[in-house]
Amino acid sequence: MTKDETKQVVLEIIADIAPDEDISNLKSDVRLRDQMQLDSMDFLDIVMELRKRHNIEVPEADYIQLASLDSCAEYLTPKFTALGK
Amino acid sequence: MNTSSHYDVAIIGAGMSGLAAGIRLAHFGKKVCIFERHNVTGGLNSFYSLGGRKYDVGLHAMTNFVRAGVKGTPLTKLLRQLRIERDEFALCEQKRSRVAFGPHGEASMTFTNDFTVFESEVARQFPAQIDGFRRLVALIRSYDDVSLGAVPESARAVLRRHLSDPLLEDMLFCPVMYYGSATEHDMEFGQFVIMFKALFLEGFARPLDGVRVILRVLLDKYRQAGGERRMRCGVQKIITRDSQASALVLDDGSEVTATHVISTIGAPETERLCARASQISNLKSEIPDADLKFQISNLKSHPAGALSYTETITVLDREPAALGWGDDTIVFFNDSEKFSYARSTTPVDVRSGVICIPNNFDYGADRHLPEGLFRCTCLANYEQWAHLPEGEYRAAKARWYADIQRSAQRFLPALPSPDALTHATVATDMFTPRTITKFTGRLGGAIYGSPHKIRDGRTSLNNLYLAGTDQGFLGIIGAMLSGISMANFHILQAGK
Repeated sequence: MTKDETKQVVLEIIADIAPDEDISNLKSDVRLRDQMQLDSMDFLDIVMELRKRHNIEVPEADYIQLASLDSCAEYLTPKFTALGK
Repeated sequence: MNTSSHYDVAIIGAGMSGLAAGIRLAHFGKKVCIFERHNVTGGLNSFYSLGGRKYDVGLHAMTNFVRAGVKGTPLTKLLRQLRIERDEFALCEQKRSRVAFGPHGEASMTFTNDFTVFESEVARQFPAQIDGFRRLVALIRSYDDVSLGAVPESARAVLRRHLSDPLLEDMLFCPVMYYGSATEHDMEFGQFVIMFKALFLEGFARPLDGVRVILRVLLDKYRQAGGERRMRCGVQKIITRDSQASALVLDDGSEVTATHVISTIGAPETERLCARASQISNLKSEIPDADLKFQISNLKSHPAGALSYTETITVLDREPAALGWGDDTIVFFNDSEKFSYARSTTPVDVRSGVICIPNNFDYGADRHLPEGLFRCTCLANYEQWAHLPEGEYRAAKARWYADIQRSAQRFLPALPSPDALTHATVATDMFTPRTITKFTGRLGGAIYGSPHKIRDGRTSLNNLYLAGTDQGFLGIIGAMLSGISMANFHILQAGK
């Protein structure tokens, strides 16, 4: 899976958990929290959906890696690759 | 003994908090079952049919209403967490509500879902207080009310640092207390903030068909996520072992086990389920120390609530507007110099209360309730209702029904003729503290639960958590958020 595909996976999850947010113009290098109203409950949901849909585990200490789309891609892409995706 | 049923999570009670917790947990793949003693869902916000009519109980109005696009409020969080689309609740906004004080409501402040209306009412009627009021509102807006570890402080003390007029202070406390306070006279400031935001900064709405609509949405989500539920099947005992809830004994005598248990039935009520198990262990001289400590610490720190309520429901053959009551959705009233929010010394305290006219929500053109409804809620004394023989109980209901109606009418526009309400009435019903305990299991008819809230939901059993009223997020949105928070905090986030 490419980094762009990883970003797409994360965007799909955000679209489902926060359907009231406009995600069409999100900047990759800016913290998601600064561009949308996302609180810790929403981040928990991103983590939970990654596990449910893609079998990806994100330990609590690594939540900070999900801050922006770029950091999501850096952190998650190797995990997808390790699963053969 | 059947011990073959094991769940990841067993939830006691199919009210708002139990259903919300269940949806979260089932959505993320947990094997969940909700056990409910009653035959309908909703708990403290439920419904019933009588004489071919449908009645709501509990819900006057859903608080915390914000319009589409307003973010970061409890309603928005709730919709996201439960994957509910706004339109599914089909919420219709209130017209206007009031706080009316004085023997005939001489001091009256209007509020709507637009906070500037209320602010200008305060400015108009309490010009010397408006600066302090604005500072108070700024503090409330910035207060972190969902923090699970806030330090408790007296709300009266905080308000008095900003306001010097006791009438305004009481007029702010009256609605906030009536819609959620389990403590007499004062509130914990964090609880005040939650309710102030829910009522004044956010607002009131309801679906045309009332609480059933909300419950139907929750049940559909729960079912779709794969959650199980067993109705008419309460939990009669929590068997404890090594500081764990090791099994649940159901009303039918069967036993189930669960890795985690969420109880929404109240802190003292939950403690009683455990205590009974301890007493049984005690007879066998097998009582572990941890169980005994649990029992004792909880008896001390989680007293049952002292506040109970009664409500009259009057069904009318016409719109309340035809009686001149077309404007007010909710009216919080008090006739006395000091507003007293305390356990009633008489069966009902008619000096203050809440009027709800469900017809007066803005349902849109050509959409209206089939009949007129007029509901009044007052503080009531559980003990004085609980032990009446049946005949006296019915007579007391008739007597207090009339007193409550008379009291409440003082705060509404005068009727076209003195007997207009009687002529328009086609049916009446009334619930008392005794009714509440009968259908919800709440000790002492205490709708708002114990005055001692347990924000982190922990008990001294490692795998038993509290959600709902005694966890301390108030109102029906608060109740649902409570279930969500406890499911997140103790089970999902913990990766258990």
